[in-house]
Amino acid sequence: MKTMQRISRRIFLAFGLLAAGLAQAQLSIEITGAGANRIPVAIADFLGDPTASRVVTATVRSDLERSGLFKLVDTTGAALDENSSINHGEWKGKGADALAAGSLVRTADGRMEARFRIYDTQKAVALGGAAYVTGNEQLRIAGHRIADYIYEKLTGEKGVFSTRIAYVVKTRGQFLLQIADADGQGAATALTSPEPIISPVWSPDGSKLAYVSFEKKKPVIYVHSLASGQRTIIANFKGSNSAPAWSPDGRRLAVVLSKDGNSQIYAVNADGSGVQRLAQSAGIDTEPRYSADGASIYFTSDRGGSPQIYRIGANGGDAQRISFEGSYNVSPRPSPDGKSLAFIARREGRFQLAVMDLASRQVQVLTDSHKDESPSFAPNSRMILIATEVGGRGVLSAVSSDGRIKQRLSVAAGDVREPAWGPFYH
Amino acid sequence: MKKLIIPAILSVLILGCSSTPIDENGGAPVESRNGAGNGTGVAKVVADGGDANGLPRELTDPKSTLAKRSIYFDLDKYEVKDEYKDLVAAHAKYLVANRGFKVLLQGNTDERGSREYNLSLGQKRADAVKRSLTLLGAREDQVESVSLGEEKPKNGGHDDSAWAENRRADILYKAADGRGEF
Repeated sequence: MKTMQRISRRIFLAFGLLAAGLAQAQLSIEITGAGANRIPVAIADFLGDPTASRVVTATVRSDLERSGLFKLVDTTGAALDENSSINHGEWKGKGADALAAGSLVRTADGRMEARFRIYDTQKAVALGGAAYVTGNEQLRIAGHRIADYIYEKLTGEKGVFSTRIAYVVKTRGQFLLQIADADGQGAATALTSPEPIISPVWSPDGSKLAYVSFEKKKPVIYVHSLASGQRTIIANFKGSNSAPAWSPDGRRLAVVLSKDGNSQIYAVNADGSGVQRLAQSAGIDTEPRYSADGASIYFTSDRGGSPQIYRIGANGGDAQRISFEGSYNVSPRPSPDGKSLAFIARREGRFQLAVMDLASRQVQVLTDSHKDESPSFAPNSRMILIATEVGGRGVLSAVSSDGRIKQRLSVAAGDVREPAWGPFYH
Repeated sequence: MKKLIIPAILSVLILGCSSTPIDENGGAPVESRNGAGNGTGVAKVVADGGDANGLPRELTDPKSTLAKRSIYFDLDKYEVKDEYKDLVAAHAKYLVANRGFKVLLQGNTDERGSREYNLSLGQKRADAVKRSLTLLGAREDQVESVSLGEEKPKNGGHDDSAWAENRRADILYKAADGRGEF
């Protein structure tokens, strides 16, 4: 007899629902490429509450499809939930390597429970299942959790459907710092300003953003708690304060200050105390980013005559040049898995997303656009979000690390820029 | 500086998660997971850009040399060109004669390339003007050089003439009583 495990952890999350002012800058998403070998997966319509089922089923399907790694198999006529016995041969015959089935049931306290199982039809076994309870307004989030579960079972990697992204929208002379789900839905405005906002970066725990705001007529670095809206100035020295980057433990930020003349890299504690200079150069040093292990910092410098990517220890030390090809390589972003480095390369006057394999130092240009900026890795290192320009408008584009899969996120009435992909859901 | 904080959380919804083991039918167990909640909520904050003027006429009268506040730069350059030497000298002279006044020098670049790298380039342009002003007698504590990078283009176009207009350093004044342009 199997031991039934009762997990009685109970987590409460306060959720701020922003009623007003969100619709005007909603992101829309467009898929412009897909992976070569997509896994055929059947997601049966969830049984139970029909309204809730539509939301959850549609979210799971669109998440998986948008990833570019899955091909949806038609499930018309299937009436399956997580307890149905599965005719694996039949689903194999329909071309599905995997099948998910589930149901939505209202709980005693009026919330909604989504239960499901995922099966491997080739091996005719269940791969696992889960149950999520959410409020009725949060059904899409349950869908994202289910899609993450299925993604992980089928690819062996963690999914990023439950993560969030931050970005800046410029619309009607205003700058909006917004947060949305990774699929662009549910956008909420964290900050509205008449002056530019650039370089947002997520704290490792996903609760705060650091960014540069020009509301004081000069660049000043803020740390902004998303739930409370509380903002702390962490660097407002004489001159410019910019390019914040969190250390992986969330205790320090690397920043760029011109207080001693020229843009140079410093580290500060997360409350702005303990300023320490990390590098010295006669030229420009900027765009610091910690490696995933926290041991080193990648940055841009023109110390060799043209802007190139360098690396130093997290506490300073000798700089090592990393980029060599071309005369303009900027905005280095080490991947969370530590294997690669995304950056922006200028090639024949066009600014394009490139990725370097850090072991072989091989560089691959991933886009054919002309104005790519500000790359940001998904926490599973599989996709890179960039700002680019299409038809004179600023849009976001998510590109897979092999360049095959591409998605575009845009807003109807404005420019979108400065994307930052948040951490895994904690 | 005014600051308006919109009531932090408009509505709060508690999301919980319960654990309900469900019947096994030969497959893997259905675990109970910590239920949804996309991180924390997001409260909206409105920042205010600050206020303007109250400066003496000689700084704002269009007929005055001192009303000219922009210095333009060549592509990828940050040396103050000869044609702006007189203008910079006039501002230095004003600062020497009016020690209570301060200036904020804002460096700007065109839109091409990395925003943060451009921020550093704009800083170099503002620093070049600052160096000229202090060499001509302005005191260090009267002059702050900062950069707006490519973020505040004077000309929103995307061609050579727009870019030329945006490679620029601007001089903003503040009087001893705190009134002014920054």
